[in-house]
Formats: sequence, C-alpha cells, structure tokens
Amino acid sequence: MSFLTLFIIIPVLTVIGILLCKNHMQVKWTAVVGMSLQLITAIVLIFLFLAERRAGNMAEILFIQDNLWYQTLNIHFFVGVDGVSVAMIGLTSLVVFAGIFASWDIVDLPREFFTSLILLASGVFGFFISLDLFTMFLFYELAVIPMYLLIGIWGSGPRHYSAMKLTLMLMGGSALILLGILGLYFNSAPGGGPLTFDLIQISKVHIPVETQRFLFPFLFVGFGVLGALFPFHTWSPDGHASAPTAVSMLHAGVLMKLGGYGCYRVAVFLLPEAAHQLGWIFLILATIGVIYGALGAVWQKDLKYINAYSSVSHCALVLFAILMFNQTAMNGAIMQMISHGIMTALFFALIGMIYGRTHTRYINEMGGLMKVMPFLAVAYVIAGLASLGLPGFSGFVAEMTIFVGAFQNADVFHRVATIIVASSIVVTAVYILRVVGILLLGKIRNEAYEMITDAKWYDKISVVALIFGITVIGIAPLWLSDMITQGLGPIMQKLLSAAPMLH
Amino acid sequence: MLIMRHELLLVVITVILMIVEIFLPNTEKRKIILPAILLMAAVTVIGFIPGTPGILFGGMYQSTALTIMLKNILNIGVLIVFIQSVDWLKQEQNKEKISEFFLLILSTLIGMNYMISAGDFLMFYLGLELATIPIAALAAYERLKEKSAEAGVKLIFISALSSGILLYGLSMIYGTTGTMYFTDIAPLITGSPLQILAFIFFFTGMAFKISLVPFHLWTADVYEGAPVNVASYLSVISKGAAVFIFTIILYTVFYKIAVLWSEVLYIITILTITVGNLFAMRQRNLKRFLAFSSIAQAGFILLGIIGQSQVGMTTVIYFVLVYIFSNLGAFGVVSIISNRTGKETIDDYDGLYRTNPNLSLVMMLSLFSLAGIPPLAGFFGKFFLFTAAAKQGYYILVLIALINTIISLYYYLLVIKAMLLNNSDRPISYFKSDGYTRIGLLICVAGMVVVGFASSVYEMVYNLSFGLY
Repeated sequence: MSFLTLFIIIPVLTVIGILLCKNHMQVKWTAVVGMSLQLITAIVLIFLFLAERRAGNMAEILFIQDNLWYQTLNIHFFVGVDGVSVAMIGLTSLVVFAGIFASWDIVDLPREFFTSLILLASGVFGFFISLDLFTMFLFYELAVIPMYLLIGIWGSGPRHYSAMKLTLMLMGGSALILLGILGLYFNSAPGGGPLTFDLIQISKVHIPVETQRFLFPFLFVGFGVLGALFPFHTWSPDGHASAPTAVSMLHAGVLMKLGGYGCYRVAVFLLPEAAHQLGWIFLILATIGVIYGALGAVWQKDLKYINAYSSVSHCALVLFAILMFNQTAMNGAIMQMISHGIMTALFFALIGMIYGRTHTRYINEMGGLMKVMPFLAVAYVIAGLASLGLPGFSGFVAEMTIFVGAFQNADVFHRVATIIVASSIVVTAVYILRVVGILLLGKIRNEAYEMITDAKWYDKISVVALIFGITVIGIAPLWLSDMITQGLGPIMQKLLSAAPMLH
Repeated sequence: MLIMRHELLLVVITVILMIVEIFLPNTEKRKIILPAILLMAAVTVIGFIPGTPGILFGGMYQSTALTIMLKNILNIGVLIVFIQSVDWLKQEQNKEKISEFFLLILSTLIGMNYMISAGDFLMFYLGLELATIPIAALAAYERLKEKSAEAGVKLIFISALSSGILLYGLSMIYGTTGTMYFTDIAPLITGSPLQILAFIFFFTGMAFKISLVPFHLWTADVYEGAPVNVASYLSVISKGAAVFIFTIILYTVFYKIAVLWSEVLYIITILTITVGNLFAMRQRNLKRFLAFSSIAQAGFILLGIIGQSQVGMTTVIYFVLVYIFSNLGAFGVVSIISNRTGKETIDDYDGLYRTNPNLSLVMMLSLFSLAGIPPLAGFFGKFFLFTAAAKQGYYILVLIALINTIISLYYYLLVIKAMLLNNSDRPISYFKSDGYTRIGLLICVAGMVVVGFASSVYEMVYNLSFGLY
C-alpha cells in the first residue's frame, strides 16, 4: 500500500470519529486531530518527495499504488504524485487545517458541518493523487456535492439560491468532463488492446487530431467552470459570498484549483494538438476574465464579493498562464494556484473573523479597525500586499513568473493579451488599497465597534499558519519551483512535440 | 425439477401462507407477517445456492445462470418491500387483509420469474399476465379510498390495452415465422414490413409496462392512488422484471434488426429522460415526484440497452440492482412518514432533519444515489450506463442524458433542500420508527454503499451477461 492512500484513509477515519462524538467540543477536537495529522502527513510527503528527487529518482510519478478495481472496464485505483500534485496536496492540507480553526464558532449542527467539510477535503485530496480518470472524476464530484449542504445550511444571505446555482453549474461542468473522459477512454487504445482510464498510459497514445478537437472543448470548459473561466464564473461570487468562512476558504483556496489543475493535467496534457489549435479561444476568455474580475472587485462594497471577484481574476490568470504553453508560464500558473490558494484562504478567514465581530461586510459601514483589532488588521494588510504581488510574498513570485513566461510568446496576439492582463495588476492594487484604506485606517465610524475584541487563540492559529505559508513561498520559492518544474517536464515535452505540427 | 427451483419455492411458500391464513381468525391476521418475511428471506437465501441450468417443457421454460441471478435480484427487492410494508400493514384499516398483500405480491413474483425464464412467447405472455393482474388488485388495496380504487381500475385498463397490443404483435410474429420459440424465431427475423410492424407492437406493449414516454401517462396517477408500498413495488420490482425480459428478448430474438430498434430506442430514450425529468420538477406530491423520477430512471436504463454489447446488458442489470436499493430507500422513508403522519408533499418535509435526522439521512443518500452522486452505487451505475452508450458512439445521446442528470439533480436537491435547509414552524414531529422499517432502510443503505465499491458484483453480472457481438 502506498503512502498516498493515507490521504484518503485519514479523512474517512476522521469522519467516522466525528460521527461517534458526543458533544460539540469532541467533534471539533476530532476534526483538529484528524486534519493536523493530515497536515503532518502532507509535510512528510513533501520531504519524502524532495529526498527521492535528490537521491536521483527522476521517475515521472512517485509513490505509485495500482490496484485493479473494475476488471471489465479496466478501472484502476491508481494513485501517484509528481511535483505539482505534491504542491497541491500541501496547499490543501494547510488550507483545511486553517479552515477547521476558522470555523471554531459554528454552533448550529457542528457534527454535520465538520463531516461535510472533511468529506469535501477528502474529495480534493483524492482528486490530486488520482491518476486514473475514473477515480479522478469520482473524487471531483465528491468534492462538489458537500458544498450544497455547507452553503445551504450554514451560509448567509441568499444562501439557498447560491447553493443551488453553484451545485448545478459545477455539476454541469462535471457532465462535460464525463463526456470528455469517455471520449478519451474509447480512444485510449487505437492499436487494439484493452481500453484504459489510466492518465499516464493515455498520454503516451496519439489521439487523432479531429477527435482531440471534439473532446478538448468539453474537457477544458468542464474543468474551466470550476476554475472560474469567463463566462462560466457566475456561480463563484454568489457562492463565495453566501458560504460560511471555512467553506469560502476551502472553495476559493482549493476547490477552484481543481479546475485549473484539471485543465492542464487532463485537457492540455492529453490533447496537446487541440490545445494548440483551440487555445486562442480560451486565451481570449481568460484575458477577459482577468480584467473583468479585477474591475468587478473595484465596484463591490461587500468584502466577500470583493474577494470573490478578485479570485475570479486570479484564477483566470492561472488559465491564462496555462494557455501560454511554455515552461516558465506553466510554472507560474502552478505557483499562482498555490500562492492564491493560501492568500485567498487567508482573506476569507479574516473576513469571516471581521464579520463575526462587526456583523457587517459592507466596507462603508466599517472603519478604523486597526485601532480595535490590530492583529487581524495587520494580517489583512499582509494578505492584501501578497495579493497585489509585493516582493517577499508568494504572489510576487507567481505573477512575475507568469508574465516573464507569457512575454516569451512574441506574436502580436499573445503580446496584446499579456499586456492587457499585466495591466490588471494596477487594478488589483486599486481595490486592495481601497479596502485597506477604508476598512482599517481612518476613524471608527460606529461606536459599538469600540468594544470589539481582537483575535482569539483559534483565530490566530488559523491566520498564522496561512501567513507562514505565504512568506515561506515568498522568501524561499526555489525548492517549490524546482519541484514544479520537474513535475511539468513530461507535460511540456508532450506539448512541445505537438506544437510543430501546427505551423 | 430443481431447474424450476425458484418458482416452486415461491409456490410452496404461497400455499403455506394461504393455509396459515385460513386458520387465523380475523383479529389475529397480524401473526402472518413474521412467517411471511422469514419464508421470503429463506427463499432468497436458498436462491443463491448455485442451481442447475436446463430446459423444461420442450424449451418453453429455460433456466440459465443469468435467469437465476435475475430472479435472485428480484427476490432481494421483494424481501425489502415486505419488510418495509410491515408498519403500514399493521394499521387498523388493513387488519383483515394483511395476508392478501403477501399472497398477491408472491403470485406476481412467480409470474415475473416465469416471464424471465420464458423460452417462447406463450410462456412469456403467461408470466407477464400473472405478474400484472394481481398488482391491479394491490393498487386498489385501500378500497375505501377513492383514489386507490381509481388507481386499480386505471392499472387494469392500461394493462389490458398494452397486453392487447403486445398480443397483436406476437400474433404477427407467429404469422411470419410460424413458431413461438425464441430460438426458432431469431434466425427468421428478416426485417420484412410485417415483422417490423409486429416489433413495434411488441415494443409498445413493453413500453407501457416499463412506462416509457409516450406510454407513461398512467404511471403518476397509479403511483399516487396506490398505497406507497405498492407503488414502490410497482416502480422497482415490476419495472425491473420487465426491463430484464425486454433486454433479453431484444438481444436474443430481435438481434437481426438491431439497427432498427436502436433507432427507436434512441428517440424513446431522449423523450423518456427529458419528459420524465421536466415533469418531476413540477411535482409537489412525493409519490408523483418519485413516479416521474422513476420514468426518467427508466430512460437511463435504455442507455444500457442501446449499448448492445455485453457491457450494455451487464450495466442494465447492475443499474436495476442499484436502482432497487436506491428507490426502495426513498420509498421506504416516504412510506413510513406517510403512515405515521399522513404527510406526502415536499413542503411537509421542511425541517425534517431537525426532528428526524436518521430518516432524512436515508432519504438524502437514496436521492443522491438516484441522482448519481459518488461514492454511492448510483454513481457507478450511471457512469457505466454512459460508458455502454458511448461505446456504440452515441456521444450526442450521452450528452443529452448528461444534461438531464443535471436537471434531475435539481429536483432531487429540492427535496434535500426541504429536509435539511428549510426551517418550518410545524415540522413533522419526531417519531420512533419500528424495527422492521429500520432493518429495511438499513439494507437499502448498505446496498447503496457496498454495491458500488464491491466491483465483484459488477464482474459477476458481467460473466453471466451477453451482448450482440
């Protein structure tokens, strides 16, 4: 049994533990223990992985476990990781860990809340370690469904509407993915032999270009829905705004990354020719998404909506970078996923904490929070600076890499797109600084806020863990970027070999 | 005689129950419940002992490993229906006619077994009638309720009509081939106009039984009028049996005109899924809701039949098995709530989770399984159905079906929303369900969880199935 199976076993055991608990406190502590174990396992995994690489083990996939599941259809339980998935697993476990502490205040049905939250997390973990398209799809859907309950029961605002919209749109995306997967499956053995869902095996097969052109839109749009591809992003602002804190964190921080990861891991990797031919359409959409999200964030007055739109913008940047089809940009895309994942989780955690104290999310009703809650305010400034890409934080590394990579494509179309997207940084600075100015500085506008207390211990754990993540990547990004570069190797090879056939 | 083991066992327990019934005084009829369930459980277990395949009555009756398995699946379903019905049967108004429920269901089950084992159209028709007519009596079981009587009458009229059409088709097949035996007919099917007409009539007759659009109009009314447990029997067991034999006949008798029937099925599939789903969205009464949802599910089953391959048939059988567990889970919850409180609409379920968490949980899992959400068995069933259809290159059909799964998810979520998300001033108050109901629901949940993960179930079905090529 591979080490990776732990990432599914631990959440399942935690859920069982939670169901056996007697009261609120036991539920919370079981969740904490489970997810701390998960975080430790993830850190151990990162070290083990780096050690293997340093020892010269350059296999494409490490820690493989391959069990035959459905013999007739050749479905395997096939798990393994490369550098990218290791990074994503690290991100997920950090965000889930912080999310548990950020939802310490849940009073209503805590057992159900933590069960759904951890089920969601197990879906995400399963997705990142799967190498079999069937199990990948299974975990993908498993990650989406608990969202309905999480937003619907514990959310705020028009939560029923948002939950339904989000679930149906994401499941609509997964319907497209399913069709794409079936298409891949039935083209996985052109020379006869057993059909397979095995991602690695399919990547070694050459699928006819016409078939690729048919399947690529299904897969890219399908995953793109979750990655907030314009114009399929509309579930995201509503969903984020209505979701409870931990769910917003997990959703923007991790779940949306499933979309970006799927886009490059399945759509671009397995269908490289079609990606080259049809990529421009999605590149335009991604460019629109970046600008649209950033401008949307400027207009909003609700803190959660601001961050939801900023997430749309940042996730579109990931897709934009993936569609540049070169090593540097692709590297930046993964960095951006991780950096944005931690950063946005931090944002949503802070917003949840602020809302829990002020009971409003409208920035105009608040002000001068720096005076009453210095800890949270400083953390907010850090998150904001990371978000607008200040050197020293993860955001800078990611965005810099993306734009350097994007600029390598010298034709007019790519140049124009790059310049447009790069200008979004300015817009980002506008909305971040605007919020910081109104929310944290200035006079206290509401006398009731004088009585507000600063962060509790559990808030601090959550916040500090995330800030730690941002700064580690910001200050020492090399190990991460090396890991990602090696992980991207086979994918880039395949993409480059597909490219000349075009011109 | 061991070849006919399943049928004979059922006949034996029917006779035993009949004799017991005679000696029970009117006030003591309840005492038949436990023996009936135990006997059925014994039959189910014995059914799993590997039997001898063989042919009886010169080929009219044939027993193969496949038919034995199909009968076992039906037995399991009937056993669950029996267990779930206890709470309802114990009610005051039913106290004099408890035994009739078991006797009638057992006789329909015998009919279904003969139908599945049929080797010629006469035996098939005999089984079909035996499987249909007692259900009409069951639908009218609560005879003092106007709606129940109406359901019974509707069902008998519809089955008479569909049987008539079916028989007309069969007579034309006999006219063109001169035989009623499946094996003799198959090579003689040439696709002549008369045979195509005959096939269409046969198809129409079966479509009524499986309630495919546009022959579905009776379904919602009958389900609504009939007692919940009868409706669940109707939607799961009798539909499942009809699907089994329909698949077998299409694959063994009409395989030469597969091009023709796959085109027919293509259109009917799209119609059935879409219409079933669109109507289900508008329903507020849960029985009608489940009726339309079961129509849509039947449409999904057709995706497997249209697959024409061994994988297709396997998936049809597998999906019916999954569907038995999922739908009976949902019907079980509706039934117990309807018995205890008389409430049957979705709005009544507002806030159910706060008062009856376990029932809501079972209902949620069942609906998720019906909607095809992992890790429940319904997900595997749906995925394999799509695989079977895509294998034949029906990508457009699969896409339409996939869009429909989203629609179906929407209305399943409406029920879940009522139970978990909505709050109500007057929710259904807490009640303790009896042991039988709990066991019944537990079997359903276990089935939904285990059947998906245990790939051996699928492999077992696969080894016994066959395809056109």
